Amino acid sequence: MNLRIIPRLDIKGPNVVKGIQFEGLRVLGKPERFARHYYETGADELIYMDAVASLYGRNSLLEIVRRTADEIFIPLTVGGGLRSVEDIRKVLRAGADKVSLNTAAIQRPEIIREASRAFGSSTILVAIEAIRRSDGTYEAFTDFGRQATGINALDWAKRAVDLGAGELSVTSIDRDGTGEGFDLALTRAVSSAVSVPVIAAGGAGKIDHVLEVIQEGKADAVCVASLLHYRYVRECTYSPGEFTAEGNIESLRKGARFSRIEDASLPELKGWLMSRNIACRSTACGTVR
Amino acid sequence: MPIDGVRDGPVKVAIVDYGLGNLYSVQRACVHAGLGAEVTSDRREIEAADGIVLPGVGAFGDAMSTLRRLDLVEPLRDAAAAGRPMLGICLGVQLLMSRSEEFGAHEGLGILKGTVLRFQEPRAEGRALKIPSIGWNGIRRPAGAEGGDPWKDTPLEGQKDDEPMYFVHSYCVQPEDPGVVLSTTRYGQIEYCSGIRRGSLFAFQFHPERSGPEGLNIYRAWARLLTGDDKQ
Repeated sequence: MNLRIIPRLDIKGPNVVKGIQFEGLRVLGKPERFARHYYETGADELIYMDAVASLYGRNSLLEIVRRTADEIFIPLTVGGGLRSVEDIRKVLRAGADKVSLNTAAIQRPEIIREASRAFGSSTILVAIEAIRRSDGTYEAFTDFGRQATGINALDWAKRAVDLGAGELSVTSIDRDGTGEGFDLALTRAVSSAVSVPVIAAGGAGKIDHVLEVIQEGKADAVCVASLLHYRYVRECTYSPGEFTAEGNIESLRKGARFSRIEDASLPELKGWLMSRNIACRSTACGTVR
Repeated sequence: MPIDGVRDGPVKVAIVDYGLGNLYSVQRACVHAGLGAEVTSDRREIEAADGIVLPGVGAFGDAMSTLRRLDLVEPLRDAAAAGRPMLGICLGVQLLMSRSEEFGAHEGLGILKGTVLRFQEPRAEGRALKIPSIGWNGIRRPAGAEGGDPWKDTPLEGQKDDEPMYFVHSYCVQPEDPGVVLSTTRYGQIEYCSGIRRGSLFAFQFHPERSGPEGLNIYRAWARLLTGDDKQ
């Protein structure tokens, strides 16, 4: 089985954004364009996260999902602000293959059972976002790390699987967007505690971090954002008017404020993992006969 | 070689809608391959189509009871018995079997004799592998296949051994007749049947519509079989 590399696009309105811990959101470009680029360079799946996670503006997200599903033939997971089985149904009907649940699942765990019943376990990914406590335990958070729950993240992971989650993702809120590397202890603890695949997320700043979380963190798949986005932003050509007034990528292009991220392309990342004996799907895009 | 019984003109396939799975991506893949594709649970539309796609994810028992409730069990059995072109995907391949052991025993469509079994403790390098098996895994020609390329004149025509395809499953099929095995896949120490052929019936445990450009080539090859256009 090949190890999966899953680019994650955080989406606000019509744009891909990237949050840097405590720094707010930065606009990077159009999701369809990022999705297409990653599809063509060997992404194994894609994740779209609605960064505002509100029902307001949900229609534009559904449109983006629809347009993406028209031309991207790899699995697409959509998350952020999904509250009900009906919300999930809408996203799946727009063309998503799986949904990612966090806040709604913590508030009402039964939604995991209902949704996995209705759409199949393999359609339901539960996203665990955690912060490390001074006693070494991890607490689950919701709302992109804004809301503490008092729930032990490891207990929650096991419960989510019992309720029917087919897959988990684990994000360290402390590390997300920092480029300091994944929280290996957190990933390993969750991956060892459950029988379903665990996707490591949050913190990749260089390709070594990805190898670490596979080997030491026992991750079954790795979700990456900044690492890939910053390379693509530096190399792609934007058309005039592609951004609204809030768009500002100049600082990213100069690389001035992101020295902690040693960016990479998907072929570089996968090639490097393969050279370390991690089986990956070859990044060469198949040919159309 | 074209499949018999396909009428002239634009070829239409019916994607059987029983409430589970990403039918949209199956439909997009069919359209990409030049097929007309209708998502439907109407037995008349299914009976009138040139080809039938039986997709699906989720639980075997629930899927069978939904097919029964929608009165689709007989039309699907009849279509298979008449040798009409069919393509099963993921849960769709499992539903073809006579029975499943998923959460107790369930009767399947019984189009092919065989059972559906849960992965038995898959392991690699001393470690237990995760269930469900999710991700890209290679498909290969069955060992000991004789008489030329077993993938010729099938949707897998032109694929290489070990080409990675996208899988999501906890159960796999075990057909009684080894002659229907079209491809095999390995998960840890377990080698299982990942593709089936009997006449114009094809079924795959993986999702060709989520398997990138090579997956789309599977739909294109199926479309060529349906239209009788076997020129590349």
